[in-house]
Amino acid sequence: MTVATPKVTVPRLAKFDRRDFLKTGAAGAVGLVIGFYLPGSRAAAELAPVAPGASALNAWIRISADDSVTIVIDKSEMGQGIVTSLSMLAAEELECDWKKIRWEFAPADKVYVNPLFGVQGTGGSMSTRASWKPMSQAGASAREMLIAAAAKKWGVDKTVCRAENGEVINAATKTRASYGSLAEAAAKLPMPADVPLKDPKTYKLVGKPTKRLDTPIKTNGRAEFGIDVRRPDMLHAVVARCPVFGGKIASFDGSKAKAVRGVKDVIQISTGVAVVADNTWNAMEGRRALDIKWDEGLNASLTSAAISKLFAERAGKPGAVARKEGDAAAAMGSAMKKMEAIYEAPYQAHVTMEPMNCTAHVRADSCDVWVPTQFQTTSEGTAAKITGLKPEQIHIHTTYLGGGFGRRAEQDFVVEAVEMSKAMGVPVQVTFSREDDMQHDMYRPASYCRFSAGLDADGWPVAWNARIASPSIMTRFFGPGAVKNGLDESSVEGVSDIAYAIPNILVDYQLTEPGIPVGFWRSVGASQNGFFSESFVDEVAAASGKDPYEFRRKLLAKAPRHLGVLELAATKADWGKPLPAGRFRGIAMVKAFDTHVAEVAEISVAKDGTVRVHRVVCAVDCGRVINPATVEAQMQGGIVYGLTAALKGGITIDRGRVQQSNFSDYDLLRMNEMPQVEVYIVPSDESPTGCGEPGVPPVAPAVCNAIFAATGKRIRTLPVRAEDLV
Amino acid sequence: MAVSFVLNGKSQTVDVTPAMPLLWVLRDTLNLTGTKFGCGIAMCGACTVHVNGEATRSCITPISAVAGKKVTTIEGLSAEHGHPVQRAWIDVDVPQCGYCQSGQIMSAAALLAKNPRPSDSEIDDGMSGNLCRCGTYLRIRQAVHEAAKLREEPGAKRSSRPPGKKNPVDEGSKVASGNPAQMEIVAGGAE
Repeated sequence: MTVATPKVTVPRLAKFDRRDFLKTGAAGAVGLVIGFYLPGSRAAAELAPVAPGASALNAWIRISADDSVTIVIDKSEMGQGIVTSLSMLAAEELECDWKKIRWEFAPADKVYVNPLFGVQGTGGSMSTRASWKPMSQAGASAREMLIAAAAKKWGVDKTVCRAENGEVINAATKTRASYGSLAEAAAKLPMPADVPLKDPKTYKLVGKPTKRLDTPIKTNGRAEFGIDVRRPDMLHAVVARCPVFGGKIASFDGSKAKAVRGVKDVIQISTGVAVVADNTWNAMEGRRALDIKWDEGLNASLTSAAISKLFAERAGKPGAVARKEGDAAAAMGSAMKKMEAIYEAPYQAHVTMEPMNCTAHVRADSCDVWVPTQFQTTSEGTAAKITGLKPEQIHIHTTYLGGGFGRRAEQDFVVEAVEMSKAMGVPVQVTFSREDDMQHDMYRPASYCRFSAGLDADGWPVAWNARIASPSIMTRFFGPGAVKNGLDESSVEGVSDIAYAIPNILVDYQLTEPGIPVGFWRSVGASQNGFFSESFVDEVAAASGKDPYEFRRKLLAKAPRHLGVLELAATKADWGKPLPAGRFRGIAMVKAFDTHVAEVAEISVAKDGTVRVHRVVCAVDCGRVINPATVEAQMQGGIVYGLTAALKGGITIDRGRVQQSNFSDYDLLRMNEMPQVEVYIVPSDESPTGCGEPGVPPVAPAVCNAIFAATGKRIRTLPVRAEDLV
Repeated sequence: MAVSFVLNGKSQTVDVTPAMPLLWVLRDTLNLTGTKFGCGIAMCGACTVHVNGEATRSCITPISAVAGKKVTTIEGLSAEHGHPVQRAWIDVDVPQCGYCQSGQIMSAAALLAKNPRPSDSEIDDGMSGNLCRCGTYLRIRQAVHEAAKLREEPGAKRSSRPPGKKNPVDEGSKVASGNPAQMEIVAGGAE
């Protein structure tokens, strides 16, 4: 069988430097380098058109004399397929030969800052949303420059020339010139402004299922993840961190650890006690020999039960208003039927398969950091702060990420590696053991939601109250000033933004900080809030004696994209048609990051209460699709991620510590538990939105609503426990 | 203590603590980083290698236990994606983040060596010790079936490393930013 996978070359890319560009451009060595501002952002709208030779260029496309086309990827590849998607967008407009595509990861540089974030980073399902237009424009502009160069070479008007499959063709003479032969001349031409993009109807690549460029190197062990970085004279380190959040070192004795074979030093760093050795195993052995006394601090007696109690207390009082429509209190007073329910979700760990790690080499005048990071310029700033060097002296080398899910937006591993290399004077790689990774995460917040609904005589909701008590990710990540008036939108998304036509709605939020660090976890607030909302909607439908699909359908009549995925999922799942004995369906739909997803879960419940998910039918509307294969994979992956959280466990706290430590007590969904998953995409001409996260939120409520259909029992606290279903 | 074993077809001697797991010898002593660390307690399968042909969790296998044995890692499975499992993985486009895939491929290769035509449930049984957080399980299942078919094609056996061909470990450099060495990967196996 022929494998239609191109040759790939991934050399290191130096930090893009305008002076280098001019130098090499003059020498003609590199060929064509194209730079653009990112349009579509507020900043771009305020800027004058970028003239050739202007400073602060952003570079994505390079063409070499051998006809290879190198796409500079300014997003982190963590399995979401962004290397392939961004390359497809550029290649489509460039009209180049897909087999000639190479790619490089961008260095940290302000020219690669994502305007939707304000930093160079990957998250919020934002890569495609932010980059589809600039990458298309980069390709289109490069194509026009190549055409202009060919026209100049041939002494003809450029209107008789066209670009096709990596060549410019003179339509009159049929003369051809390859991109590689034109690149040097093209690079000296002025960059055209406002090149129109192709009509999507003419797309040859975008919209077609396309194999990932990085698959070959991920099947022979050659893809380099952060943990695989090897540098001359590099030492390996592990860190003993206080098991209680907020605790610190009281005293430690490293003498026994230093006596362990291969241990080079034991040093105190800001996060704990580091053992630095000639290999990871010896560092771990050294850590076992450490004698540390911890000052456990204020959280030393904290438990999950106490956290839950705190949430309940806080949810007893009104909070910061997140959404107010009509008069929910008055409507509740006159409702024919009233319902109340309390939902809870636990902390969750990210558990990327590649544990956290980072490699740093601090020198007097520079610092190199090899890191699987989601936030390059933040990593750069972190290293600059610790070393006292200037950002331009920091070189961030982004490796492949063995999963991100928001965990790699954090900088703790960068801090540790840089502090250790600064102390040791050689490259140091810090590796988290799985236990470190699970017990020193920044977790998906535990959350508590109190709902009440008032129904009219026909069973339709006329009043809807939701109050959430939970920690604030924004406060933890950006500092206390990040949240204004007590409202963190990311804590209420998925509850505050429901699209159901209910005339009176009040959603408020009680920011509650129990002391456990929280962070962005795949799909963020919608991950637990989607479960809350879509379960309670199901409760109301059941109380009204209405079919849960038809109930949603009627209330979403004026929300076409919500309705579109809901109807597609229901149709493909044969909603309403008979199932084999013992099988039951549940449905849910959640919009997250502007992508709409509905899922229908088909389950059975064994006599011992074990829930088996047999099939999940997923419908997604993410606007125009770049790579349908990626959309399918991301939806499947989101469903697996969500099922793990719904069915397998949660992070619990005792004596201020995480009780789980490894896959033995915090297992992930395994292959023998994998349901059949079918993904259907709503055709759309809307602007593309992201797919990394939105597959997650609907699956927990879809499964729990199916459990209700099977057992009559309503799951209001995750994870699902077999003992509750016997 | 010096321990000798055969690694990817070549004899190898290392002088390390006898209790040091094979995983860390491969990764840190020998710089063969294709075999991954995931849990350290044999619960995730990312570290799977073959010891005398058996799928083995290298994270809990002390180096002393492989003395005199044949160890095969992902780097030594084939020259240039020639193994039917690797070819199937490329055909089906299995990986997402890719971190668990070395272990998945080594487990699948060992499964097929014992059971050339596994059913879905036999694949589930054989592969459930390998975790994938990205959720590539459906494509893994499909690729194992595909690999089973490829193994039966004439010439499939030829693909495991042609005689006289250099060990791919010696040829390959790692591929990512941060590695100045350029290299080319030619997909589609050795033939």
